[in-house]
Amino acid sequence: MATAIFQIWRGDASGGKFENYSTEVSEGMVVLDAVHQIQAESANDLAVRWNCKAGKCGSCSAEINGVPKLMCMTRLSELSLNKPVLLQPMKAFPLIRDLVTDVSWNFRVKKKIKKFKPRTPDAKDGTWRMAQQDIDRVQEFHKCIECFLCQDVCHVLREHQLHDEFIGPRLLVHVAALEMHPLDVEDRLAAVKKTGGIGYCNITKCCTAVCPEGITITDNAIIPLKERVADRFYDPVKRLLRFLFAKH
Amino acid sequence: MAAFDTYNYDVLVIGAGGAGLRVAIEAAANGASVGLICKSLLGKAHTVMAEGGIAAALANVDDRDNWMVHFADTMRGGQYLNDWRMAELHAKEAPDRVRELEAWGALFDRTRDGRILQRNFGGHKYPRLAHVGDRTGLEMIRTLQDYGIHQGIDVFMECTIISLLRNSERIAGAFGYEREKGHFKLFAAKAIVIATGGIGRAYKITSNSWEYTGDGHALAYHAGAELMDMEFVQFHPTGMVWPPSVRGILVTEGVRGEGGILLNRENKRFMFDEIPALYRQQTADNEEEGWRYTQGDKLAKRPPELLTRDHVARCIVREIKEGRGSPHGGVYLDISWIKNKIPNAAEHIKKKLPSMYHQFKKLADIDITKEAMEVGPTTHYMMGGIRVDAETQMSTVPGLFAAGEAAAGLHGANRLGGNSLSDLLVFGKRAGEFAAKFARENTQAAIDQREIGMVAKKALEPFERTDGDNPFQVQYDLQETMQSLVGIVRKEEELQHAVAALQELQHRAGSVRVAGNREYNTGWHTALDLPNLLTVSEAITRAAIERKESRGAHFREDYPGKDEQTGNCNLIIVKAADGQMQVKRAPLRVIRPDLKSIIDEMK
Amino acid sequence: MAEIHLTDPHHKFGHTYRRDIWWARPLIIFICLSVFLVYVTWAAFQGNHYTFGPYLSPLYSPEVFGDSPHSWFGAKPGWWPAVLPWSPALLVLWAPGLFRLTCYYYRGTYYRSFWADPPSCTVTEPRKKYRGENSFPLIIQNIHRYFLYIALFFLIFLLYDVWKALWFTRPDTGERSFGIGVGTLVLATNVVLLGGYTLGCHSLRHLAGGFLDRFSGAPIRRSTYRCVSCFNRKHMLWAWMSLFWVMFSDIYIRLCSMGIWHDWQII
Repeated sequence: MATAIFQIWRGDASGGKFENYSTEVSEGMVVLDAVHQIQAESANDLAVRWNCKAGKCGSCSAEINGVPKLMCMTRLSELSLNKPVLLQPMKAFPLIRDLVTDVSWNFRVKKKIKKFKPRTPDAKDGTWRMAQQDIDRVQEFHKCIECFLCQDVCHVLREHQLHDEFIGPRLLVHVAALEMHPLDVEDRLAAVKKTGGIGYCNITKCCTAVCPEGITITDNAIIPLKERVADRFYDPVKRLLRFLFAKH
Repeated sequence: MAAFDTYNYDVLVIGAGGAGLRVAIEAAANGASVGLICKSLLGKAHTVMAEGGIAAALANVDDRDNWMVHFADTMRGGQYLNDWRMAELHAKEAPDRVRELEAWGALFDRTRDGRILQRNFGGHKYPRLAHVGDRTGLEMIRTLQDYGIHQGIDVFMECTIISLLRNSERIAGAFGYEREKGHFKLFAAKAIVIATGGIGRAYKITSNSWEYTGDGHALAYHAGAELMDMEFVQFHPTGMVWPPSVRGILVTEGVRGEGGILLNRENKRFMFDEIPALYRQQTADNEEEGWRYTQGDKLAKRPPELLTRDHVARCIVREIKEGRGSPHGGVYLDISWIKNKIPNAAEHIKKKLPSMYHQFKKLADIDITKEAMEVGPTTHYMMGGIRVDAETQMSTVPGLFAAGEAAAGLHGANRLGGNSLSDLLVFGKRAGEFAAKFARENTQAAIDQREIGMVAKKALEPFERTDGDNPFQVQYDLQETMQSLVGIVRKEEELQHAVAALQELQHRAGSVRVAGNREYNTGWHTALDLPNLLTVSEAITRAAIERKESRGAHFREDYPGKDEQTGNCNLIIVKAADGQMQVKRAPLRVIRPDLKSIIDEMK
Repeated sequence: MAEIHLTDPHHKFGHTYRRDIWWARPLIIFICLSVFLVYVTWAAFQGNHYTFGPYLSPLYSPEVFGDSPHSWFGAKPGWWPAVLPWSPALLVLWAPGLFRLTCYYYRGTYYRSFWADPPSCTVTEPRKKYRGENSFPLIIQNIHRYFLYIALFFLIFLLYDVWKALWFTRPDTGERSFGIGVGTLVLATNVVLLGGYTLGCHSLRHLAGGFLDRFSGAPIRRSTYRCVSCFNRKHMLWAWMSLFWVMFSDIYIRLCSMGIWHDWQII
C-alpha cells in the first residue's frame, strides 16, 4: 500500500504551524479517513469536526490544498499525492484548534433574520395548497447543509472581514428561501439591504463554485434578491409607480 | 475541585436532533425556560441523514389510509412487542405533526393538487411517507432549527453530558463539558429530557456518526432508569459496502420504493425466494405486480424488497453467506433497470434520488442510473431504549423523560422505515409538554456537590495516567467485538463470549490515557464516550442472551423460530443495588379491545 | 458584533495555498476583454467601412445620422459640437456597451480580471479597503434593468438589419432582389446570439416572474419565466459568444467594404 504525507495545521488562536504526518492510503479513501487514521495512530489530540461522513451534515469543512472543501467528500484519488496534502482550517472564522473553527457567528446572524411567517391557511383544515413548480426554486435553497464553505470562500468575509456589515452567501440563501417561499408574507428586503449588506456581494461567484450541494447561490439566490432590492430601493420608475398607485 | 459554570433551567433537553428540538420547542411553548444541549453543532445531528420520509396517515395519495392502518402496520412491523398505546398515539398524532412542520416553513414534495406527496415504504400498506426527494431529514431538522432559534431556547453547542444528577426521589441536573475549551458545566434543572439518539457506534459497520455512543441510554441507566428492548438493534439492509472507507453509509429504502430491486451475483432476484407468513397476503405474486405497486397501482401488492428491514437484511446475509454475494461482500441493488420500463429513466432517478446519485457518483465512482449499487446491512437504529410512560414519556425516574430513538416502546421488535421521524415529532412534542408540566409542579431538587467533584475528577483521570491504552484502540476493539459476536445473526456461545470480552474492555477503558490538553481534544472525548458504549453494549448482549427466540430484528441461530411461550414479553435492563446489570422480564400490557380488533381486522 | 477576530495573518497580493494555475483564467479573460475593448473603440471611431451593400455593422446600428444609405435622418447633424470627434457609432454604441458593463455576469468577471477583487477564489487581493456595490460608485450598477429595456429595442433594430440584408441591389440595373449572402448569415447569427444573451439577462428574469413567489395559475408568465431562466443558466456562454460575434460581424463587413474580402452570395 502507498503512503501519503499530510501537512496539517496544528495550533490555536495564539499561533501554530504545519506538521507533517504520513499514513497509509487505500482505495476509495477520502481526506477525512486519512485524518482519522492520523488521529488514531499518531496524533490522538488532533482536533477535527465531523459527523455524518457522507456529505450530508456539513461539519468537516476545511481547506484542502488551499481550496475550501468537505473532507468527507474529497477522495484522495482526486489529489496529487506526490506532494504533501495541505490541510488547513477555514479562514473566515476564528480558529479554535487545528482544523476546527468557531462558526457560531453564522448561527448568531441567522437568529437576527426575521422568521418564516405563513399566510392564513387555504383550507379549512389549516393546510395550504402549493404547486410543485412553485416550490422547486425554494427547495434548491433548502438543500443547504450549512457547511459554511461559501462563507469561508467569500472574500467579503475572508479577506475584508466585514462580518459586522455583511451576512454572507449562506444567509443570503436563507433569506432568499424565506422571501421566495410561496407561503411567506414577511418582508425582509429592507433588512437584507441594510443589515444584510447585500450590496457588498460583487457576484464573483466563488460561493457557487465551492457549494458541495451544487446550489446556484449567486444566480438563483443572490442576484434575484439584488433585483428585488433594486425594485424597492433603486428603481425610480418603480418608486414613482408605487407612490402613484399606493392607497393614500 | 475542578471549576465549572452553573446554569439553571426548568427543562434541560439533552440532544438536539429532531426529537430534542421538538421537545425544546414544545417545552418553551409551555412557558418553561429551556436549555438545549447539542453534542455537535446545531442542525448536524443524525436526523439530517434520514432520507425516505415521515410516516403519517395523511391519506393524500391513497384515501384508504388512516390512523388505524398505520397503527396496525406499526404493530405488525414490531411483531406485537410494541407499546400499543404509543403506537396508537403515534398513528393518530403524526399527521398533525407533519402539517405543523409545513406551518413552520418545511416544503415537502407535492401532489398534483398541491398537497403533501407521500411515497411507499417497507411495511407500510399505503403510500404514507411525506418526503422531500431523499433529504427529508435535512428539511425536518432545518425547519425545527430555524423555528426553534426564535423561541427563546438557550442552545449549548458542542457540549456533552457525562453524568445525570439526582436526589433520592427525582432528577436534579446534569454535568458535562464543552468541547472548545474542555470546561465543565453544571445544569440544574427541574426536568430533563433525553433525546440523544442511538448507539450505532458500538458497531464497526454503521450508518451512525461518532456521536451515537448511547450516551442517553447509559446516563439514564446509571441514574436508575429502566432500559427496555435493548436486544432489538436494527440493521438497515442497504448500506454501502465499497470502497472500504464508506462502508456502512446508508442507501435509502427510497431506492427500493422507487422500484429498485435486489439481485445476487447470479443476477437472481432472490427476495422472492422467502416471504414470511405474516406478510404473504400483502406481497406481490410476481415481478410485474411489484413494479406496478411502486408506480402507484393501488390494486398491486408490494414487491418483496419492501418487506420489513429485519427480513430483507437477513435475506441479504443469507445470500452472502451462501456464496452468492457481490465481489465486495454485499448484494446488488439495481435501480437502473427501470430504464426498460419508463422513458427518461436517468432523469427520473436523479430527480427522485438526488443525494443517492450524488453519493455513489462522488464516493464510489458509480452512476446509479447506469449500474447497480453494491449494498449490505449496516447498523442503523436502536428500537430499545429508556422505558417511558406512553402518555408523558417520563422514565421510571421522576423528572427524567426520553424521546426519539433513545426512548423505547413504539417500535417493538422492529421499526418501520419512516416511523422514526414521526416518532421524533409526536413524542418529542409530548415529552416537551409533560416535562414543562413536571417542572411547573416541582421545585428544583438539591444537587450533591461532592458527587460533582467525583464525576469531574474521574473525567480528568485519563490525562494523569502515564501508561494505558489509546482510547481509539479500545473503541475499535469494542466495535469489532460487537460486530462479530452480537451482530445480525446471534448464538448463545458467541454472546457469552461477548460478555467476557466486554468485561475485559471495561477494564481497559478504565485505564485509557490521553495526550494533550482539554481543548477540543477528540482523544479525550472518545475516552469519555467509552463507558457509555460499554454500558449499552453490555445491555444489548445480556438482553440478546435472555431472549431465546428469533423475532423482529433479533435473530438467534440457535433458536430460529418465534417462541410465543417465552417471547411475548419485554426485557427490562436495570442497575441492581450492587451495581451489576440485571435483566428482568415484563409481560406485555393487555391490549385495549378496540385496538385488538383493529389488528385482527387488518391481519 | 465586532467579536470576529481572524487569526490568519494578512498575506501579500496574489498569495494562495492553491496549487492550480489560478491566474490563467482571469488573465485570459483580461486579454479577451481588452482586445475587444480596443478593437471596438477603434472601430467605433473609424466612421467608415461600416456598411457593405445591404449590410450594416452591428456596431453602427441603428445608424441615426450618417452618410450611408442605412441612415435614418441623413448626414451628421449640425448641432454636433465641432470639438468632438464624429462617428455614427458614437450615438448608439453607448447603450449596448453599458448593458454589458452593468451585466451581472460581466460585473463579476471584470471585478476579478481587471480589479483583482478577488483575482480568484481564496487568492489575496491587492487592496485592503472594500466597498463592493454597497455604495458609490458601484451602487449605480443597479441601473442595469434600464439598459436591458434599451437592449431589447436594439434587438429589433438588428433584426430589421437582417431583413434589409436579404435585399440586394444589382449594381448594373439598380433592381432590388431577394438574396442571402454570407454576410446575411453573419448578421442573422449575431441577432440569435445577442438574443440569447439579452433574453437570459438576470434583470429580465426578474421582470418575467422572478419578483413573484408563485407562478401557478399564470401559465404564460410561468413559461416566460422558465424560458428566461433557461437562457440565464448559460448566460456566460451567450455573453462570450455574442461578444465575439459582434466583433466578428464588424470585421467581416469592414473587410468586405475595404475590398479585402469578398462576400459570397449564396442565393
